[in-house]
Amino acid sequence: MRLFGLGLLALMAICSLFLGVADVAPGDVFRDAEARALIWESRLPRTLAAMLAGAGLAITGQIMQLLARNRFVEPMTAGAGQSAALGILVITLLVPGAPIWAKMVASSGAALVSSLGLMALIRPLPPTQPLLVPLVALVYGGVIGAVVTFVAYQGDMMQFLGVWLTGELSGVLRGRYELLWIAAIASAATFLIADRLTLLSLGEDTARTLGVNVGRITAAAIVAVSVVTALVVVTLGAIPFVGLVVPNLVVRMAGDNLRRALPLTALAGALIVLVADMLGRWIRAPYEVPVATTISVIGALIFLVLIRRGAARV
Amino acid sequence: MIEIEALHHSIGKAPILNGVDLVIPEGGMTALIGPNGAGKSTLLSLVARLRKIQSGHIRVAGHAVGQVSDQDLARVLAVMPQETRVSARLRVADLVSFGRYPWHRGRPGKADHAIVDRALERFSLDPLRERFLDEISGGQKQRAFAALAYAQDTPYLLLDEPLNNLDIAAARDLMRLMRELADEEGRTIVIVLHDINYAAAFADRLVVMKDGRIAAQGTPGDVITDTMIGEVFGTQAGVRMVDGRPVVIV
Ligand SMILES: Nc1ncnc2c1ncn2[C@@H]1O[C@H](COP(=O)(O)OP(=O)(O)OP(=O)(O)O)[C@@H](O)[C@H]1O
Ligand SMILES: [Mg+2]
Repeated sequence: MRLFGLGLLALMAICSLFLGVADVAPGDVFRDAEARALIWESRLPRTLAAMLAGAGLAITGQIMQLLARNRFVEPMTAGAGQSAALGILVITLLVPGAPIWAKMVASSGAALVSSLGLMALIRPLPPTQPLLVPLVALVYGGVIGAVVTFVAYQGDMMQFLGVWLTGELSGVLRGRYELLWIAAIASAATFLIADRLTLLSLGEDTARTLGVNVGRITAAAIVAVSVVTALVVVTLGAIPFVGLVVPNLVVRMAGDNLRRALPLTALAGALIVLVADMLGRWIRAPYEVPVATTISVIGALIFLVLIRRGAARV
Repeated sequence: MIEIEALHHSIGKAPILNGVDLVIPEGGMTALIGPNGAGKSTLLSLVARLRKIQSGHIRVAGHAVGQVSDQDLARVLAVMPQETRVSARLRVADLVSFGRYPWHRGRPGKADHAIVDRALERFSLDPLRERFLDEISGGQKQRAFAALAYAQDTPYLLLDEPLNNLDIAAARDLMRLMRELADEEGRTIVIVLHDINYAAAFADRLVVMKDGRIAAQGTPGDVITDTMIGEVFGTQAGVRMVDGRPVVIV
C-alpha cells in the first residue's frame, strides 16, 4: 500500500516536472541548459510545494479532527485559514514592507488564537449531535472570513485578498516556497507524538489514566496545526478540502492509529494536491486554474462518495 | 493500600460526597455497592484523579493523588470507567496494546507484546483482534476495555461496573480473573457492582455507599442482610444463606 503510494507519487512528481506552458521533454534535461533552468527554478519548486503543502494539510486535518472528536472539520475552513489571512493582512497594513518572517509569525499567531477559540467553542457541544461541530466551525470560519474581507476593504487591499484566500501554485519559484519546508517539519514532528494523540482520541480520561499529559499534547498539536495552516496560507494561499477528504479516506482503510495512519495521510495528501495542480495546469492550457479550485471540485466529489458509502454502512 | 480521608465533593451546589473516610487494604477484592446516584463513580474517578479533589485526601500506595504525576500514577493504578464512548476507529489489538503505554512510552518490547497477547486471550478477544471497535458488540467492547486495564498490569485496579453488557459466562470469567489477580499476584481490586450476588460470591470485602457516605463495610456475610437491603436500597428483597454465603432473592 505504502510502496504503491510512494511509487505513484514519484511517477506523478516526474510527470509534473514536464507539464506546463513551455514544452520540456525529459530528454531536454540533458541537452538544453534552458530547460534545466526552467525545471530547477520553477517546475521542481512547484512540484515540491504541492507535495509539501498537501502532506501538511492532510496531517493537520487529521489532527484537528482528532482534537475535535469529529470527522467533519478541517483547519483551513474552520477559522485557522481565515485567521492566517487576517494575520498577514493586518501586518501588511500596519507595516507595509514587512518581511516574510513577520508575516509568517503574524499569521501563525492569528491561526493559533483562532484554533484555541474554536476548541473552546466546540468543547461544550454534546457528542450526540455530531453535525453541530462542523456547523459551528463553518460559521466561525465564515465570521472570521467576513472580518478579513471587511479589514481588506477598509484598508484598500481587496485586490490582494484573492492571493491569500485562493491557493495557487503558479507563482511558486525557487526562493519563494521554502517556508513550506518548515511546515513539513512541523507536520513530521507530529509523528513523534502520534501515540499520545491516538490515546487522546480514546477520550481525555482514558488518556490520563494511561499517563498522557493531556494539556501538553493538546497544546503541541494545536500549535502544529496552526503553524502548518498559516505557512501554507502565507506561501500559496488557502487550500480547502485536503484536510477534510484525505483523513476521511485514510481512516476507512488504516483506522485511527496515527502511527500507522499518518504516513498514509501525508502520502495521500501530497498526491491529491499534486494531481489537482497538474489538472489545473492542463485543463485550460495555456491558462491555469488555481489549485484551490481544482481541489475543491475533486474534494467535493470524493466527499460525496464517502458520505454515500458511509450512509450505506451505518 | 488506598486511604481516603474526609473526602467531600460537590458539583455545582449539589453535594455528591459528604465526608468519605475509607481504607481499602492492600491485596484482595473490594466491591463497592450502593443505589444509583450514591456517588460510587464519583468516588472512583476521584481516586483515579479524573476529577480534581475539592476537599479531603486520597493516597494510593503512599502516592498523594493530585500531587503525583499522571505518568507515575499510570504505573500504579489502572481504571476501567463506567462509560466508554470512543469515536476513534481503532483495532481491538491496538486498543489493548495501549495498556502498555505507561511502561514503554512508545517503544514496545517483547514483554509488552506478550502481555497484550495474554490479555487478548484472557478476555476471549483473539478472534476479534483485527476488528475495529465500531465493528464489535457492546459486550465485546466492554471486554476490550477490561483487557486494556488488565494489560496495564498495575498493582491497583479500579473497575466501574465492568459486568455491564456481559453475558453470564463473560461476567463470571471476568470476576474469576480478578479473583486470580488478587489471590495469586496480590493485587488490589476495587470493583463497583450492582449485582450483590456477584459481590457476595467473589469479593473479600464489601463497601456500601448511600447518599455520598459509607453506609456499611465488612465481609459479605456481615454486610448483606435484609435490614441493609431495606435501609440502603429501599426495597424488600430477602436474603438466604446458600453454601455459607448470602444470596439475595430477587
Ligand atoms: N455532571 C454532573 N452534574 C450534576 N450532577 C452530577 C453529575 N455527575 C453526577 N452527578 C450526580 O452525582 C451523584 C453521584 O453520581 P455517581 O455517578 O457517582 O453515582 P453512582 O453511584 O456511580 O451511580 P450509578 O450506580 O448509577 O452508576 C448523582 O446523584 C448524580 O446525579
Ligand atoms: Mg456509576
